Amino acid sequence: MNAPAYDMAFASQAAFRALMECLSRPGETRRLDGAGAPAPMAQATAALVRSLADYETPIWFDPAFAAAPAIADWIRFHTGAPIVATPDKAAFALIADALALPGFIQFAQGSEEYPDRSTTIIIQVESFAGPALTLQGPGIATTCEFAATPLPADFAQRLRDNREMYPRGVDLVFVAGDRIAALPRSVRVVEN
Amino acid sequence: MTAPVYNFAYLDEQTKRMIRRAILKAIAIPGYQVPFASREMPMPYGWGTGGVQVTAAILGPQDVLKVIDQGSDDTTNAVSIRKFFTRTAGVRTTTATLEATVIQTRHRVPETALNENQVLVYQVPIPEPLRFLEPRETETRRMHALSEYGLMHVKLYEDIARHGHIATAYAYPVQVDSRYVMDPSPIPKFDNPKLSNCAALQLFGAGREKRIYAIPPYTRVTSLDFDDHPFEPYRHDASCELCNATESYLDEVITDDEGHRMFVCSDTDFCEQRRAAGHGPVAARPQAEAAHD
Repeated sequence: MNAPAYDMAFASQAAFRALMECLSRPGETRRLDGAGAPAPMAQATAALVRSLADYETPIWFDPAFAAAPAIADWIRFHTGAPIVATPDKAAFALIADALALPGFIQFAQGSEEYPDRSTTIIIQVESFAGPALTLQGPGIATTCEFAATPLPADFAQRLRDNREMYPRGVDLVFVAGDRIAALPRSVRVVEN
Repeated sequence: MTAPVYNFAYLDEQTKRMIRRAILKAIAIPGYQVPFASREMPMPYGWGTGGVQVTAAILGPQDVLKVIDQGSDDTTNAVSIRKFFTRTAGVRTTTATLEATVIQTRHRVPETALNENQVLVYQVPIPEPLRFLEPRETETRRMHALSEYGLMHVKLYEDIARHGHIATAYAYPVQVDSRYVMDPSPIPKFDNPKLSNCAALQLFGAGREKRIYAIPPYTRVTSLDFDDHPFEPYRHDASCELCNATESYLDEVITDDEGHRMFVCSDTDFCEQRRAAGHGPVAARPQAEAAHD
């Protein structure tokens, strides 16, 4: 197994801090120093997984990731996280094919008493460009724009449905190469 | 032999990951108390073990840390936590609010407005605002799930019935983004308005009670009240005797056993900055100056 030089304490802190900033300021992007991982895992996805996953966090990945057996080996070797077959058992879900993103309801939603017991979905996209959604909510001073390509055609409606479940629901992290953005479940889509 | 036997910022990496995951959930669900596996820290409960764990989990080598205790950089709790992170993380520390990237606080919000590059970490003794009204955790969980906060309004109403006004002076309950009712930690209610629409991220850590919660930047935070008894921040009707500030939160200091007292800014950095900028006392009181320095 090819394990590149990686300083656990500092690299994982940097990746977490970038994600913390993105999650508390939806729509903003941050650059992450990536950790090397087999294709199709993007650099920043690898950095996030190594920063946040361990034996306590079951991981589910989509068929596009499952097609590359090296991914499961890489996750097990570096994090020890159990790999689960159904998305509703996962603490983290990894999506390589954003267009085939499963419906959010298939992931763990948490309960009314413990809404934190939900899945965080890490979605790989090509870029943070394209038709923009206008968002409001905690972390956003007035409104903000969020764009990513590719995304499912009904993505805005999915976000609205996710917000309907609040405080249950899923949190989304987007990765484009070495940049990340995040949409917590608290965001509201502004109707145009 | 002299090499440290602990990790950067004291906590081991698995503990930090667990705390970081809790922080991320807390940010995604503003005001909701996320349970976390709080660790034993090398200081007793009640000395900020929750805040220290949150700070240790977010701190990086480039951060500049400020620690305040009731607004002061110089008191025991602040000094010992600052030393703890100097020793275990080697980060730069400061007393200047604007220089800091991470500010850990016990029971005050700095007077100086915070900016987007800062994180404010609160030490929290009792995170559950409903705990003194309903001792069962299963019930308070259910009440939060149903947004059933009538009991809290009854408590505030009883204040009015008994005292003629809402007598709660600190740890005054707030509602975050129109959803979760939250304990802002025992800050004076003077500080409550600063929680709302703050540019900085605010994180709350309760070590003994094992809860983390958060207010993201630019989030609406309202103090619970009634139409005919609106929320009113309280402040002593005086000005600081060291810097003459009329807007800051004041501490009352007893100066002798003959009933003499003075009011000074609770936020020592704010007071020092003002004095450095030429703001002085109204009337010279040399013995009071000497006592503070």
